[in-house]
Amino acid sequence: MSLVELSDISKRFGAVEVLKGISLTLEKGEIVAVIGRSGSGKSTMLRCINGLEKVQSGRIVVDGIDVTAPGADLNLLRQRAGMVFQSYNLFPHLSVERNVMLALRLVRKLDTAAAREVAREVVAKVGLADKLLAYPDELSGGQQQRVAIARSLAMQPTLMLFDEITSALDPELVGEVLRVLEGVAREGMTMMLVTHEMNFAKNVADRVIFMHEGRIHEDGPARETLIEPRTAELRSFLSAVLH
Amino acid sequence: MIREFGSVDVIYLIASARWTVLLALTAMVGGGLLGVIVAVLRVAPFKPFNWLAIGYINLIQGTPLLGQLFVFFFGLPLIGLSVDAWTAAALSLSIYASAFFGEIWRGSLQSVSQRQWEAGAALGLTYSQRLGHVVLPQAIRISIAPTVGFLVQLVKNTSLTALIGFVELTRASQIISGATFAPLPVYLTAAAIYFVICFSLSQLARMLERRLHVAR
Amino acid sequence: MSYNFKFDVLLRYLPEIAHGVLLTLQFSIVTMVFGLAIGLVVAIAAISPLTPIRLAARAYVEAIRNTPLLVQLFIVFFGLPSIGIRLDANTAALIALSINMGAYGAEILRAGFEAVRPSQIEAGRSLGLTAGQTFRHVVLFQAVKSIYPALASQFVLIMLTTSVVSSIGATELFHQAAFIDSRTYRSFETYTLITVSYLVLTLGFRAFFAAIYWAVFVRRPRR
Repeated sequence: MSLVELSDISKRFGAVEVLKGISLTLEKGEIVAVIGRSGSGKSTMLRCINGLEKVQSGRIVVDGIDVTAPGADLNLLRQRAGMVFQSYNLFPHLSVERNVMLALRLVRKLDTAAAREVAREVVAKVGLADKLLAYPDELSGGQQQRVAIARSLAMQPTLMLFDEITSALDPELVGEVLRVLEGVAREGMTMMLVTHEMNFAKNVADRVIFMHEGRIHEDGPARETLIEPRTAELRSFLSAVLH
Repeated sequence: MIREFGSVDVIYLIASARWTVLLALTAMVGGGLLGVIVAVLRVAPFKPFNWLAIGYINLIQGTPLLGQLFVFFFGLPLIGLSVDAWTAAALSLSIYASAFFGEIWRGSLQSVSQRQWEAGAALGLTYSQRLGHVVLPQAIRISIAPTVGFLVQLVKNTSLTALIGFVELTRASQIISGATFAPLPVYLTAAAIYFVICFSLSQLARMLERRLHVAR
Repeated sequence: MSYNFKFDVLLRYLPEIAHGVLLTLQFSIVTMVFGLAIGLVVAIAAISPLTPIRLAARAYVEAIRNTPLLVQLFIVFFGLPSIGIRLDANTAALIALSINMGAYGAEILRAGFEAVRPSQIEAGRSLGLTAGQTFRHVVLFQAVKSIYPALASQFVLIMLTTSVVSSIGATELFHQAAFIDSRTYRSFETYTLITVSYLVLTLGFRAFFAAIYWAVFVRRPRR
C-alpha cells in the first residue's frame, strides 16, 4: 500500500475552486518535488495532506489514516506527517532546544532528559549544535529554517512535507537549508516538497509533479520531466522560472 | 410634588445636553491650544522643557479628573477668581485635555517614519518644508482617530462636573430624577442621549480616517 | 479664608487616608478580576458563529463605551431599586465598575487573541500538539506578553476611576476627602492632598508592573 494516496480531491475557498480532481500516490522513500505557478494549488494540496485544510470531496489516506473520514485522528496524523513552513514558525519565546523538546515531551511523552538528548542530536544533525540555547530572534533565516526542520525530524515522522521552505530566505542562506534537505533525503525519508528550486528538484528529487490551475498536468521522473517537458504549460512555466 | 416623567422632561434633558457639548468643545479648544504647547515642549531639543512637559503630563494623567475638578473648584476662589461651576469645569477640563492632547500629538508626530524625513531631504527640501509639506500633513492624519477618540472621552467626562454643581446633562437628570421619583427612565434617557452624541463622534472619526487615507 | 495654606492639620488624618488607599486598592483589584472575567465572556461571544450572540456582545461594548461611568453608576444605584433591586453603595459601585471594565477588558483580550499569529498555532498543531497543548505552551505566553502593557495601564485607570464612586457614598480614598473636609474645613488643601496621593499610587504601581514585566518577560543574558 502506498504511503500517501490522494483520490480525486476537490477543494474550494468560497467560490473559487482551488483543487480540481487531484489524484496521486506516494511510495515510501520517494522524494517528490511539486512545482507550479502561485495559485496553482500546490501549497493547498500539501496542507490538505496533513489536515490543515479540509477538502470538499475525495479521499486522502496517509500512512493508513483516512484524513477525510469524519472522526479522523488528526493529532496522530501529524505525528506521522511532519510539516515545515515557509515562515519557519519557530516559537519565539522558547530556545532552540526547547522548541524541539516541546512536542517530544507533550506528544511523544518523553521525559525531559530523554527529550533533551534527542533535541541535541537532531539539532547537531542540521549543523547548529552551538546554537542550542539561542532564541529564534538571534538566528538568521536559514538557521531558523534548519531548526524548524530539526523540530519536525525529532518527531520521527514517516513522511515530511515542505511548503516552499526556501522562498522566504535571502539567496545566500538557501544553500545551507538545501544541504540539510539532501541529508534528510539520503537517510531514506519520504518527502514531498513544494518548491521553486529547480536544480534541487532535478538533482535530488525522484519525481516531479507539475500543477497548473488546480490540476496535475505532469507527473514523472524528475530529470526527464524537467529537461523534456511534455505539456505547453510546463514548458512556459520553466522558461519563466529559469530565465 | 411628584410628577410623571414625560416628554417635557425629555426635552429638558436634551436641552441640557447642549451644555455638555459646549463644555466639551470649550475644553477641546482650550486643551487643544495648550496641548500644542505641551507637545512642543515635550519634543523640543532642550531637556528641562522635556522634563517640565513630562512632569505636567504625569501629574494630570496620574490623578483622578474628579480630584482635579475639586481642586480647581476650591482653589480658584483663593486666587480671586469667580467660583461658578462653569469656570472651574472649563478650566479644569481644558488642563486635563491639554495633557492628553500633548501626548497624542507627540505620538503622532513621532510615528511619522524617519524615512519620510529622509525622503524629503533627498529631494532637497529645507527643514521647515519637510515639516510643513511632508511630515505634518501625515502626522495630522494619524492623529485624527485618537483625537476624536479623546473628544468622546471628554464628552463622557463632562458628566463629572455635575458633582461640582454644573448643570449639564447628568446634573439635569439628577434634578428630574428627584422631581419625578423615576430614576430608571430618567438615567436611561440620559444614557441614550450620551450614546447618540458619542457614537456619532466615533463614526465621524472612522469616516474621516477612511476619507483621508490614513497610512498605517 | 486660607491664603495661609495649612496642610499640617491634615497630617492628623493620615490613618484615614491610609485606610482610604486600602479600600481603593480593594475596589481596583476586585474590579479588575471581575472586569476581566466579563471581558473574557464578551470577547469569546464576539467571535461566536451565532449572529445574535455576536451582536449582543457588540451592543454591550458600544453601550458601555459611549456612556459615562457616572450615569451607569446612577442607573445601578438609583435606578435598580425601582424594579426591586436594592444595593448598598459599595456593592453597587463594584457592579457598575466591573460592568464598565468588562467592555474595555473585552477589547484588550481580543487584541491579545489576535496578536498571536495563526501560523504559530499551525506549527503547534502540525507537530501533533492538541488544541489545548498548543494553547497552553505556545499561545498563552505570547498573548499575555502582548496584552500586559494594556492590562497594566488599565489597572491604573481603574484605580483613578474608583474616585467616581464616592458620589454615591461608597467608601474609598476620595470619599475620605469629604470626611476630612467636613472636619477641617480646609477644602482646597484636603482635595489637593488626596488628589496627589493618587499620583503616588499611580507611579508606584507603574513601577511595580514594570518590574514584574522585566522579571517574567525580558530575556536576560545566559550564564
